[in-house]
Amino acid sequence: MDERGGFTRSGVVRGLKAALAITLGLSPFGLVVGMTADGVGLSLLETLLMSGLVFAGTAQLVALQLWSDPAPILAASLACLVINLRLAPMGAALAPLLDHTRGLRLWGTLALLVDNAFALAIADMRAGRRDAGFLLGAAFGMWLNWMAMVALGHVFGAALRLPAGHPIFFASSAAVLALLVQLWRGRGDLQPWIAAGGTALLVQGSGLGAPWPVLAGAFAGAALGAWQDRRRRA
Amino acid sequence: MTLRPDVLAAILGMALASYLCRAGGYAILRVIRPPPFVQAMLQHLPGCIFVAFLAPALAGLGWPAIAAGAAVLLVQARFGRLVLSILAGVGALWLLRLAGLG
Repeated sequence: MDERGGFTRSGVVRGLKAALAITLGLSPFGLVVGMTADGVGLSLLETLLMSGLVFAGTAQLVALQLWSDPAPILAASLACLVINLRLAPMGAALAPLLDHTRGLRLWGTLALLVDNAFALAIADMRAGRRDAGFLLGAAFGMWLNWMAMVALGHVFGAALRLPAGHPIFFASSAAVLALLVQLWRGRGDLQPWIAAGGTALLVQGSGLGAPWPVLAGAFAGAALGAWQDRRRRA
Repeated sequence: MTLRPDVLAAILGMALASYLCRAGGYAILRVIRPPPFVQAMLQHLPGCIFVAFLAPALAGLGWPAIAAGAAVLLVQARFGRLVLSILAGVGALWLLRLAGLG
């Protein structure tokens, strides 16, 4: 692959393997969404269609919690818009990876963008590779796992009966924490990260719900980092 | 295997809203080349997004989850194996709960 970057088949395969490595961290969330969808009366077909097209666990959980009869078209769409707003800056941060792709490869890869695939792709990019195929492979691997787990949760959820606070559900937070270690570049990250976490806690404490703690925290931390970079160069 | 039209409409609305978020940020960036400060911010965003996502989540779960989170960070920093780190976190939380803490 050339220096400019691109989209290779071997990148897709590498991405799929990387996604496989965190299967354990992804699976419990899919089970929960499948169980919840079954609980509000969605059929298996409806549940899989939603999970395949929306592919966003938190947004789906929130939408399912405000489910009604007839289905809340506006409320569910708004929940997705608000909760998935955090994905917009992720797409922007992936620009160095995406700038050399076009058409379906570009806009199709973006359709599968999720948090964990984003983290893996950024780590891969910082390791010096510029292959959008890796992002697609990782995201698609996660999509396959997602569909399988949602289906399992829908079909066997009633039999499993895992309580909401079961330690197994900590696996999704643990996966993100472990990915965070891969994103660590050195001491220069410390203050922006503290600012991000602190701001998120403050905004959460002030009573604002998702996505505001995440967005405010992310932008506060990133702004501090950018400001420090500029001062260091000056 | 039913598919009700109102449910289908809600699913399509949710899918469209989600796609706008996924593609929108990059689409805007592709049209408007941002100033250097914003580009520097984008370099810092990845880590900051996840910290901002995790801090309220862990704080809400209480200190056993924070301790389990610390275990994940240590194991990942030491061994660099995602599977091992996730197991360490779930295992630590499970043991803490078993010990009647939290």
